Amino acid sequence: MRDRFTSSSPDLRGVKAREVRDSVVIRFAGDSGDGMQFTGSQFTLEAALAGSDIATFPDYPAEIRAPAGSTYGVSAFQIHFGGGDLTTAGDAPDVLVALNPAALKVSYQDLRIGGLIVVDTGAFTKRNLGKAGYETSPLDDDTLAPYQVLKLDITQRTLDALEGLGLKQKDALRSRNLWTLGLMLWMFGQDRSATAEWVERKFAKQPEIARANVAALNAGHAFGETVEMPMDVVGYTVAKADVPPGIYRTVTGTEATAWGLLAGTQAAGLPQLFFGSYPITPATSLLHVLAGLKSQGVLTFQAEDEIAAICASIGASYSGVLGVTSSSGPGIALKGEAMGLAVAVELPLVIVNSQRAGPSTGMPTKAEQADLYQAVYGRNGDAPLPVLAAATPADCFDVALEAVRLATKYMTPVVMLTDGYLANAAEPWLVPDADELPRFPVQFRSEPEGFQPFRRDPHTLARPWAIPGTPGLEHRIGGLERDAESGHISYDPDNHQRMTDARLAKVRRIADDIPEQEIQVGTPGGALAVVGWGSTYGPIYQAVRRAREEGLEVSHLHLRHLNPLPRNLGDLLRSFEQIMVPEMNTGQLVTILRSTYLVAAEGVSKVTGKPFKVSEILDAIRTRLER
Amino acid sequence: MIAPKNYASDQEVRWCPGCGDYAILKAMQKTLADLGVERERTVFVSGIGCAARFPYYVSTYGFHTIHGRAPAFATGIKLANPALDVWVITGDGDGLSIGGNHMLHVLRRNVDLQVVLFNNEIYGLTKGQYSPTSKRGTRSPSSPQGSLELPVAPCAVALGAGGRFIARSIDTMQPHLVEVLTRAHAHRGASFVEIFQNCLVFNDGAHAAFTGKGVASEAQLHVEHGKPLVFGAERTKGLRVKPGSLEVEVVTLGQNGVTERDILVHDETSRTLAAMLVDLKPPAFPMAIGVLYCDPMPSYEHDVQQQLQQAGARPASEAEMDAVLRGGRTWEVP
Repeated sequence: MRDRFTSSSPDLRGVKAREVRDSVVIRFAGDSGDGMQFTGSQFTLEAALAGSDIATFPDYPAEIRAPAGSTYGVSAFQIHFGGGDLTTAGDAPDVLVALNPAALKVSYQDLRIGGLIVVDTGAFTKRNLGKAGYETSPLDDDTLAPYQVLKLDITQRTLDALEGLGLKQKDALRSRNLWTLGLMLWMFGQDRSATAEWVERKFAKQPEIARANVAALNAGHAFGETVEMPMDVVGYTVAKADVPPGIYRTVTGTEATAWGLLAGTQAAGLPQLFFGSYPITPATSLLHVLAGLKSQGVLTFQAEDEIAAICASIGASYSGVLGVTSSSGPGIALKGEAMGLAVAVELPLVIVNSQRAGPSTGMPTKAEQADLYQAVYGRNGDAPLPVLAAATPADCFDVALEAVRLATKYMTPVVMLTDGYLANAAEPWLVPDADELPRFPVQFRSEPEGFQPFRRDPHTLARPWAIPGTPGLEHRIGGLERDAESGHISYDPDNHQRMTDARLAKVRRIADDIPEQEIQVGTPGGALAVVGWGSTYGPIYQAVRRAREEGLEVSHLHLRHLNPLPRNLGDLLRSFEQIMVPEMNTGQLVTILRSTYLVAAEGVSKVTGKPFKVSEILDAIRTRLER
Repeated sequence: MIAPKNYASDQEVRWCPGCGDYAILKAMQKTLADLGVERERTVFVSGIGCAARFPYYVSTYGFHTIHGRAPAFATGIKLANPALDVWVITGDGDGLSIGGNHMLHVLRRNVDLQVVLFNNEIYGLTKGQYSPTSKRGTRSPSSPQGSLELPVAPCAVALGAGGRFIARSIDTMQPHLVEVLTRAHAHRGASFVEIFQNCLVFNDGAHAAFTGKGVASEAQLHVEHGKPLVFGAERTKGLRVKPGSLEVEVVTLGQNGVTERDILVHDETSRTLAAMLVDLKPPAFPMAIGVLYCDPMPSYEHDVQQQLQQAGARPASEAEMDAVLRGGRTWEVP
């Protein structure tokens, strides 16, 4: 990022002019009760509305109310905005806003050297310093010497701004984040009307709170506008994104998944989206978004456990609607037996896994990509099913839509992999027109003549979808191996071979119905292919672009379809001298690629709960091409 | 008039000879025939166990699912299509051990379906281990010195879970079975029927204390709404509230000044009475048989549909899809 943060416009009129930047990375950090997620989201919205490209990384603790002031209670929201093709939330922030000592402590070392730190000195009390483990204030020694530091008593300024509004001090201090947001919006030349509108809508029933928040927002902005800043602190103008024309909005992975599933339901011509789910971090937000879509024919069912959630969803699919369930790793493990049943009885079902760091409970709020084996192999018996992964928040829409297409066309459960990072991160999205979305209407079986529940379509190998309520098609299905035609219980040895083969062939055949693998950056052949899947898309994409700018012969392949793999992938991989697979696990896709294609792919592993930095992948590329 | 055989599938029934399940299947087919239910609208859902084979033998739609989870599948089936008539067939292991959680929730949610639990107090399909309803001390391959666990009373569990229709019958009582299944079917909301079923192979005579020929009339209390709780060969025994306590006792009419006016009258809408009836057991008390509790309230899927209607639910259309995608803040890039 540093190279983008250098040019400045000349100061022509004796007043400080705004400096121009291509893109900027800001991290808002504070206590988990300080409203940092809200502050970051609103800044994101204002930047997006102003035409910036954006990429965000919300990072919050698992504890709902972690002890105030502690380092493990720090909640942060990083946003990268500006022009160009932003695909990551940025390796190193240019600006850090720290609303207490703990937030400063956990974040300042991530800042680029020379970056700006804005601190609320009012929060640097002896008590707060102690909670963060500081014996002396880092504001008073040379801890922050490599950075610019803007010390402001935001606490006092917020209280001053709200004086006379009749709020208790405790309540007034809740607006500290809005004062800060106002200042940052000023600093980067952003509008603040969307935030003011949002506040007024949100607190329509508590007008005094709405007034206070808007007053704090305006006061922070006015402070930047009017108050003499230290010499080197100026306002900035950040470049706008050069994007195709159309209607845009910001979208999180969770929203995009929900809407993609809904669009898929519509594309399939199904009357209802049935979503069976049990709350689990970080998958829960999908239940919340879908529960708000009742008017669109979405029925959400909060089940008693993960198992009931998937079983009810399979039951719903059996009844003739789109059954969907979602969870995170531990919950997916519980669903395993039912996923096997869905494979066996061949009913459509979409299973969304918002992956988180494991094993076991692991780190619920931290992202990882360690459930690929679980998705591809994690069931008893030979139980193949299609597996897809989304690369970016907006990509979740297309992947969810594709998951519904495969599930209904091939009568199979489909796993869609996202992760905690994708679920919460936001990016601008060119909103598609509903009438331009694909159509893949399902055909329920209605003709009793010649009906056999497991007689397959010769092209797709799918069995007919025959739903209860249809006269003349009464039949029985179940988890016991069933006759290849009638579906009756069968222990016949040849039949089991035939059915096992057919279930595998059906999933493999999907390779003919999905796009060939494309190269995201670069060309076939060459010294190195960097192959990724899921949310590592952004850092790999940027790293490969920069490596190519350095003249390195490297390409980026990013897989959406993980089972079956694209039909040309083997040839494509073999066209490169080396294959490198960065993953947020200890090497799962790399093992699949090695075993599938007998290629000498090598993994790059990162399992810290944080996304790859561009620089980490760039270094790995250089290392491989220099040896 | 539709014949019961119209509700038999073409599959050969494969329970052990003499199994009580045959009689229950026969009673079910007669019930379906008497009611004239539409086969295409009827779904039998089961989990795993001997009882769970049931759907294969009925000519309706059927779904043999996984162990203990039938209530969850049935909930999804009913929610997605409330017009379906859904039966859950389960056993004491499937319904109260591995699937105990789902039993609890399908009953408290009050999904409109019928749960029929075959209670033979043993795991039959895995060859005879003790089950959650086995009497303490049951000797089995997994409890050679006798089981140590106290059994659950299925109807007490169902009542505790908030079930609003709770009934009992016995595999050998064909007309009574049909009567109880018919009542269960008529009930709107979740119905729970426990059927005492004999497993000839692994637990023969488990219910003999109240089903044996010599003891049945003395050890069974057949409850009927609005009728006094009397039993015995001469119908001279009855239940009354023990004076000065909150307990019931068995009394004999004509003895110690007991008259019919002292005897409790069955009120199937009384949860308090039901709580007492589900816990009675021989030898101190008779086993209560029949509809122990019936107090309907609106069913879950009914209320779910109502919420959907209030929200103006209809299948997603292109126009509405556009509204969703463009809802909230958007901006136009020219």
